[in-house]
Parts: sequence; C-alpha cells; structure tokens
Amino acid sequence: MRVIAAMSGGVDSSVAAARMVDAGHEVVGVHLALASTEASGVVAARGCCTLDDARDARRVADLLGIPFYVWDLSERFRSEVIEDFIDEYRHGRTPNPCLRCNERIKFAAVLDRAIALGFDAIASGHYARRVDGPQGPELHRAVDPAKDQSYVLGVLSAHQIAHSLFPLGDSLKEQVRREAEDRGLLVARKPDSHDICFIPDGDTAAYVRSQVGTRSGDIVDVSTDAVVGHHQGAEAFTIGQRRGLDLRVPTADGSPRYVIDVDIVTNTVRVGPPELLDVTTVVGTGATWAGPEIGAVPTPVTAQVRAHGTPVPARARMAAGLLVVDLDEPIRGLAPGQAVVLYDGTRVVGSATVDRTGRAMRP
Amino acid sequence: MYLDHAATSPMLDSVREVWVEQSARVGNPSSLHASGRAARRAVEEARESIAADLDVRPSSVVFTAGGTEADNLAVKGLYWSRRNQVGATRILCSAIEHHAVLDPVMWLAEAQGAEIVWLPVDRWGRVDVDAVGEALAEPDAAALCTVMWANNEVGTVQPVAEIGRLCREAGVPFHTDAVQALGHLPLDIPGSHAQAVTISGHKIGGPFGVGALLLDPRVSPTPVLHGGGQEREVRSGTVDAAGISAFAVAVRHAVTGQQERAAHLVDLRERLVRGILEAVPDAVLNGDPGAGAHERLPGNVHVTFRGCEGDLLLMLLDAAGIDCSTGSACTAGIPEPSHVLMAMGADEALARSSLRFSFGETSAEADVDAVIEALPAAVDRARRAGSLASRVG
Repeated sequence: MRVIAAMSGGVDSSVAAARMVDAGHEVVGVHLALASTEASGVVAARGCCTLDDARDARRVADLLGIPFYVWDLSERFRSEVIEDFIDEYRHGRTPNPCLRCNERIKFAAVLDRAIALGFDAIASGHYARRVDGPQGPELHRAVDPAKDQSYVLGVLSAHQIAHSLFPLGDSLKEQVRREAEDRGLLVARKPDSHDICFIPDGDTAAYVRSQVGTRSGDIVDVSTDAVVGHHQGAEAFTIGQRRGLDLRVPTADGSPRYVIDVDIVTNTVRVGPPELLDVTTVVGTGATWAGPEIGAVPTPVTAQVRAHGTPVPARARMAAGLLVVDLDEPIRGLAPGQAVVLYDGTRVVGSATVDRTGRAMRP
Repeated sequence: MYLDHAATSPMLDSVREVWVEQSARVGNPSSLHASGRAARRAVEEARESIAADLDVRPSSVVFTAGGTEADNLAVKGLYWSRRNQVGATRILCSAIEHHAVLDPVMWLAEAQGAEIVWLPVDRWGRVDVDAVGEALAEPDAAALCTVMWANNEVGTVQPVAEIGRLCREAGVPFHTDAVQALGHLPLDIPGSHAQAVTISGHKIGGPFGVGALLLDPRVSPTPVLHGGGQEREVRSGTVDAAGISAFAVAVRHAVTGQQERAAHLVDLRERLVRGILEAVPDAVLNGDPGAGAHERLPGNVHVTFRGCEGDLLLMLLDAAGIDCSTGSACTAGIPEPSHVLMAMGADEALARSSLRFSFGETSAEADVDAVIEALPAAVDRARRAGSLASRVG
C-alpha cells in the first residue's frame, strides 16, 4: 500500500512509521504544522518550521530512508479546532481538542488530501487496533490499557477507519520505547506529550481567560446559597473541577467542594459536594458511528467519557436525532462538550458530544 | 532526474581536484611565514583569475562565505556608509529580490528607520526603468538601489545596464545580485555600472560557502563582520584558500563556452515548455517568454498550474524521481506564496501553485521527457487534493 505516516516527532509515531516501512509499504512521512504559536517556533512571516518536533520527525524519516514533508494545516487547525475550543468554553462547555483534531484534521483534511494524492491510508502512532471484522474494518481498544487511545479516535467514521492504520495497537508502550532504542531512533527517550499542543504551558484556564476575557463573578455554594469566593470569568471553569477555586469560606465539616454548575449568563460558578456530580443519563448530539449504527432500540454498550476514564455499562438509543445513554451506574463529573464514546467489548461503536446530563440528585 | 540547478548545480570535477589539492596544504593566507605566503599566493591568483574573467580589477573582488553574505554586505554596508556620509536613508529595491536582499532591506526599514521605495515589475517580472528614474528624483536621499541581474524564480532578466546608468548619473550606489546570471548569461559588469555585484560558487559548479562581492574600489561599505579585516578591511574572517581556488576554477568555466551552453539550455527549455503545454493545456508559463539573453535565463522554466498547490506537485514529482522546486523561499518547511508572482500581479492562490524546473550543464533531453511523462498524473492528483481544500476551507 501507499501510506502517509503522520510523524509528530514523538517516539510513538516514529516507531509506527518504521513498522510501516518494515511491512513493505511505500511510506511517505508527513509532519503536520498545526499550532502556529510563537512557542512552536513557526514564524508567521516566513513560515519556516524550526520546531524541534519537526526536526526530530525529519531525522527519523532520514533514518528510515523515506521522503518527508511538512504540511501546513495551521489555518484549518485554527478554524476547526482552536476556534471551536474557544467557542465551546465561551458557552460554558468543556471540549476535547485532540478529538476534534482527529475528527476534522488528521483523519479528515489530511486523509482526504492523501487519498486525492493517490495514497491508500494514513498510519498514526495512536494506541488502538484496526480489526477486519465481518462487516468491514473495526476500531478496537489497544492491547496496552494504560496507553489505549481509542477514546480520542472514537469520532472516526467507518470510512475513516477503513483508510487508517494503527501499527502500535498490539504493543505495550515499553516495547515501543525499547524498539525505538533498538532501531537507533534519536527520539527513543523523548518524554510523552500530555498537554494540549496549542497551550504549551498546560494552563488551560489562563488560556481560556486570555481568549474570552475576564469578568469578575461569584462562586456560590449550592447548599447554602452563600457566596464563598470570586472568580475572573465563569468560562474558565469546568464541571467536576476541585482545584484552583480559591474558596474563602470553608464548609462546616471541612469537606471539599467541586464545581457543580457553570452559568455563563449570570457569570456564576456553583460549587457543592461531589455527590451532586453524579450523572445517570447522557444526551449527546452529533453522533458518529464506527460501524453499524444504533437505532431506537436500547442497545447494551459500555460508555466512556474521558480519555482514560473507566467504562461504565449502559444502554444507548437514538431518539429524535439525539444519542441517549442510560448509565447502569453513575459517572461522577461530566461536562457538556465532553465526548461520550460507546464500546461493545473492545470495539468502538460510536460517539457523541455531551449536550445535557441527567443527574441522580438535583441541587 | 535533477531539474533544480537554480538551487545548486553539481560540482565540477576540475573544481573538486583543485579544492582537494589546495586543502591538503597548511597555511593561513594572513600568516607571514612561507606556508602563509603560499596560501596567500593561491588566493591572489584566484582573485586575479576571477577579475580577468569578469572584467573587473583584482582589488574589486571581495571574497565572502557565499551569496547571502555578499548581499548583506552590499545592502547593509552601503546603506550604513551612505547614511553616515550624506544622511541618505532611502533604499530603492525591486519587489522581486531574493530573500538575501529582501530581508536585509526590510530589516533596515524595521530596525533602523530606512525608507523603502519598492520598484514595481511588469507582468513578466521585469523592473520598470521609468520607475527607477522617478525614484531617483531626489538623489541625495537615496542610500542605494538594488535590482537583481536575473530573477531566481521566474528567470526574467532585468535591465541592469539601464538602471545602473540612471544610478550612476544620480550618484547613487547600485547593487545587483548576479548569482543566477553568472554562467547562464553574458555578464558585462563594467557595462552594468554597478558598484557592487554578488556572485556565488555553488550555483556554477563551485563549492558551497564561497562567493564574492565585486566591489568598486572607490566604494567602502561599512563592514557587517568586524574582525581581522582580511578582505580590504571590508570583510573579516580567515580567508578560505581552498574554497577560493576552487571558486576561481568554477568562474573560469562559467565564462568559457557560456554561449554554447546557453543554447543547449534554451533547447531543453523550449522542449519542456512545449511538452508541458501539450500535457497540461491550461498551464501558464511565468516570466518573459522570450529566449534572448536580455529576456530570460536560458535554463529556467516556471509554470503555474491553476488549482494545484506547488508543494503537493513537488511531492508527487519527487515520488516519480524528479527533483524540482516551487522556486520560492522555504522549500524545506512550510511554503509561502511567492512574493515574486504576487509582485507580478498573481493572487495568493496562484502564487502557491507554481513549479520551477531549472536546467544546467548536466541536463539532457531525458530529464525533459521524464517530467512530461510524470506531470499529467501529478497535476490531476494535486488538483483533486486542492479542490478538497477549497471546498472545506
């Protein structure tokens, strides 16, 4: 096959590319220039990539003896991922930009371009497995439970999965690192990246404030209706958040309080005990399907709402264009904007963006 | 198939032999002992050889570590000295200069308050001589004028002799970057009236990292590199005897048999242009369509393929074993729209949709045929990829 290896410059995508070469595919390495921030070293005026990651990716491609190019998708990334991210926060929701990027950039804009250019598939360093099932290619959880990234790929359609290859799905992270070392890849000891790529310092709240502006408001305790603190803009808060609240009035028993609700209209953040975060029903919009779709009949699945969250048994059905997921046991702390990904065993069934939640106990 | 001679041309065997021979000898040309004197002799013989080949005085040849350094020395150095002598802060610069000129000019404007007068070009990329005349109306305000001899992207030859004459009459120093012209065009340097001319080694089969500024002995630009003052107190840094000796061999080759080589390149170019227009009928040739030495670089073909991103075409041709270029600045990283095409009136999309094929001495008809064979499928695919981008974007 003719394969585009998406090469971030990290250890995973490097080993993935190497395995594609070993498998005999005709591989071309592509580094995506996405976030054109000053920190990334992409100078707007010149557009040259001095980014360390791009250099690392290029050196791995040199070692593998494959052609290598940088594709500038920063404009698409800004309009499809960063602006969506800011807009979601502006509406008091909590988006997952990595998921959006996979959905709209890596496995959409890049994949479409690759196919138009005569390539058959994109290979990435994600930990997930593509399994060829009776009804076509399926997306499954990775063998390494600690690294499984099927959640952030949960938005992929059957078409996208059919043109994707995940060479690391059967490996443990440790094996991948060792293999990188054995292959003499310079990136073997490079630390994993965890941050959102366009927020290099990892301070999401500060980034959100810098984008939507600041405005002071109250933090109110839902149990007493008392003002227990102040904030600089409700947009930067996330349901379930405990840290960074700077509450001035302790609870009677000293127990911690969590963000229960974010009201953008009144610029109020409500806090309370963790029990109030329990959610038993999830209603999602924009459902995507990795294979056969779920219809109106409640279908047993497991539901996962964050990248390394515990999957919960549930029944899912479509109603009036919305995905309704009734959870068998509550999930604690779920914000609108997050993605719910449904599984059948290890197989990804589909996903939706959380729009509303039904809670076991209402404040 | 190598069709990127404008980026760099293969080193000549005769050049490599001289480089290897000289590099085996010890001696800093600035040292006073026997070894130093031997190295100095090699450098001075090279200087005389280049001066004779290009019809300038040996004292005009200021060796540098390449074309970019020579351009920086000319632009910044002449600007600084003219500003200090007569208070002139205006720079007359063509809109199609190489980045090695463009960026120093823009830096002088941003960091040092220079005023830039952009000299416009016509649709073929040729500087308007009348505009130069108008810009020279206040000669005392002008620090320098810089217009390249031939454009590196679209290959259009500039009216340097006419511009040089206007500058001379106005008493304004004239610099021209002749990096692309040397070896491809007959260079009448005295006739250009230029006070400073940039040439480079690796574009003419010489080594990388060596070039020269041919600098009128009556002109003293302020140095960019301060130090030992080895080159006429204008350029400091240990003189590279091996590189310079080899460079002189390349310059000799460049001016010997230039006409015959150019005729060969024009044949290849015409064959390629014909073939491209047959294979992709809506392709557009950029730059002057003429074949004369005052019109276009003989080995340059620059074509716009509407609806294709140049970098995707480059990648597809690369996969077919063809080395070419988009012609614009950053081929290794993220491509930017060509400022040259934009100055010629193209919009940003068209300015990203071009490829440059450039021939050199080792080029043959097989190179042309390979491009013509691979091009239709590549254009087709790049167009499909391009239509996706515009649909979603």
